[in-house]
Amino acid sequence: MNVLAQDPALETFVLNMGPQHPATHGVLRVKLVLDGEYIVEAEPVLGYIHRMHEKMGENRTFAQFMPNTGRLDYLSALSYNHGYVCAVERAAGIGVPERAEYIRCITVELNRISSHLLWLGAYVLDLGGFTPLLYAFDDREILLDLLEGVTGARLTYCYFRFGGVYNDIDDDFVTGLKGFVKRMRTRLPMYHNLVTKNIILRKRLEDIGFITPELCRKYGATGPVARGSGIDYDVRRHEPYSVYPEFKFDIPVYPKGDSMARYLVRMDEIEQSLRIIEQGLDKLPSGPVMAEKVPKILKPPKGDYYHAVEAARGAFGVRLVSDGTNTPYRLKLRSPSFSNLSLFAEAAQGLLIADAIALMGSLDLVIPEIDR
Amino acid sequence: MSVHPDVARVIGYVVGTIAFVALNASFLVWLERKVAGHIQRRIGPKEVGPFGIFQSLADGIKLMSKQLIVPEGADGLLFRLAPLLVMIPAVMVYVVIPFGPALVARDINMGILVIFAFASINVLGLLLGGWGSNNKYAVISATRAVSQNVAYEIPMLLTVVTLVMITHTMSLNQIVAQQPTIKDWYLFPWNGSIMLPIGFLIFFICSMAETNRAPFDLGEAESELVAGFHTEYAGMGFGLFFLGEYSNVFVGCALASIMFLGGWQCPFGLYPGVHWMLIKTYFLVFVVMWVRWTYPRTTLYGLLNLSWKVLIPFALLNLLVTAALLKVF
Repeated sequence: MNVLAQDPALETFVLNMGPQHPATHGVLRVKLVLDGEYIVEAEPVLGYIHRMHEKMGENRTFAQFMPNTGRLDYLSALSYNHGYVCAVERAAGIGVPERAEYIRCITVELNRISSHLLWLGAYVLDLGGFTPLLYAFDDREILLDLLEGVTGARLTYCYFRFGGVYNDIDDDFVTGLKGFVKRMRTRLPMYHNLVTKNIILRKRLEDIGFITPELCRKYGATGPVARGSGIDYDVRRHEPYSVYPEFKFDIPVYPKGDSMARYLVRMDEIEQSLRIIEQGLDKLPSGPVMAEKVPKILKPPKGDYYHAVEAARGAFGVRLVSDGTNTPYRLKLRSPSFSNLSLFAEAAQGLLIADAIALMGSLDLVIPEIDR
Repeated sequence: MSVHPDVARVIGYVVGTIAFVALNASFLVWLERKVAGHIQRRIGPKEVGPFGIFQSLADGIKLMSKQLIVPEGADGLLFRLAPLLVMIPAVMVYVVIPFGPALVARDINMGILVIFAFASINVLGLLLGGWGSNNKYAVISATRAVSQNVAYEIPMLLTVVTLVMITHTMSLNQIVAQQPTIKDWYLFPWNGSIMLPIGFLIFFICSMAETNRAPFDLGEAESELVAGFHTEYAGMGFGLFFLGEYSNVFVGCALASIMFLGGWQCPFGLYPGVHWMLIKTYFLVFVVMWVRWTYPRTTLYGLLNLSWKVLIPFALLNLLVTAALLKVF
């Protein structure tokens, strides 16, 4: 069966990376056509963890779909809760008390930090450094404990309700959070010393795995991927929602577009999230955390509604088409990782396997969210 | 019936060496896990025996009780031969390593040459294992391992040649005998050539690369190539690769301590003996582990660039400067 290529220099072979592979973090499969170790073609194959979330949304009442949103992207579940809740509130015209909005922002930013910390550990693990993973998990553990205290869950949260949040935060949470912010401020320089300034890491990330702004626009990449290519786009700033306009924070943008730029964007975002959390705790108003008179059975008026939020991986949008009944006519979830992964095929061409792994890790993929 | 003393000596050393290699490897596996644990703010193994010291024993029993699976389409002969080709040279080199003034199996006056001759067979084992597995990851890994070993043997041997020019002998025991106290160590620039510390550094880096240790563990880069050349090996097939790796790490560090740190000689001239050899060697092994659990992995071209653009020029400079100094003085 062995057929020799006409010209040995043109000989390529196919390497099937995944769905079970240490670097694809889940069940992503990438079909690689390789020339030696250089990638000629990379084709992501999806669908190994497809669970029909959108279809499930059409067959359930609005409240029944809430737990599903926490299972799209299990690393920043609260952002996805937030996106869905906001979309339904917009459709049904439900107002949210201010305290609840602040609690939402604080917890979502906490969740963003925990997501970025896990990404940091897993990314350095992809590059062959084992130790930062354990350090990052050490910090993340405190976060998960804090969030468990108010939400009751550690990973797949279902904390928000239409018109507010399920549970008010208590003093333990506030003091614990202040302690965490203080701790994280000392840990971030440590991560920079241990990881960012490491000469081997810099050589592996700098000037490698370029993603141009054009490529981002072509495939609709958002979040840290787009911001690492110099596109100054953040839903929190450009289509403000909740109480984000009340906070002072910067949108880290690095124009270079290499893996290092995306790495730095995420590291800076941890810092900015800490700022938001601090301001949120200072400004936290008192009052109820649930709107009064939210109907038990929601029947939003006929129409087409969309709401986007900035999740840890980019813009997460929920499109809700209501026909006036208690279930949506159509529920479309626009997940950021799907778009971010789509550009991989083009960006990975001509890279070495090791650099393609570094590129894929810098996209921060969560596979259940891609397949939905 | 009496046994000829020479025969008894050979049997004694064969049994002793193999026992030492196995014990050393299981100790290093345990040590590696403990070191990794403490670096990563964990405890490491602690259940099997005091401080988990029998953990590797339990792992060994597990590995031995497993079937050696030969995958479909693999070259059965090469597949089975490869672990042996890795393991046997790793045991053979212990013949010439002087653990103490008299504790050496054969004090051959070409000791260094013997070690490097046998150590070079190791890479053949990796290549055959990768090729025979009928696995694309294994083949990529095997080609990586070969180019890496070729690239790093050159600066390593250049450094050793430089050192031999100073010591005038290739016998490891005599090299040790030339360094009775700490001020006579060939690590220091006043013992023959100002380039000696650089030589030690080059040798140490190369020995890490030669043994496929992180940050140069491209052969088994688990996030890229799953497990590299031993992807398809189960049970003791994998176990032998593992044993071979650890015994090579020990040999690399033992050589460094013999050639640069005075081997079994006490730094202060008191009670020389096997304990000093073990202390120095295990300290270097600890450094190797420390590096592994601190740094991420390099890439293949980064690794080759380091060898061809940095290490080889410096090793050549080392050779020339030392030769000039020896000629002048």
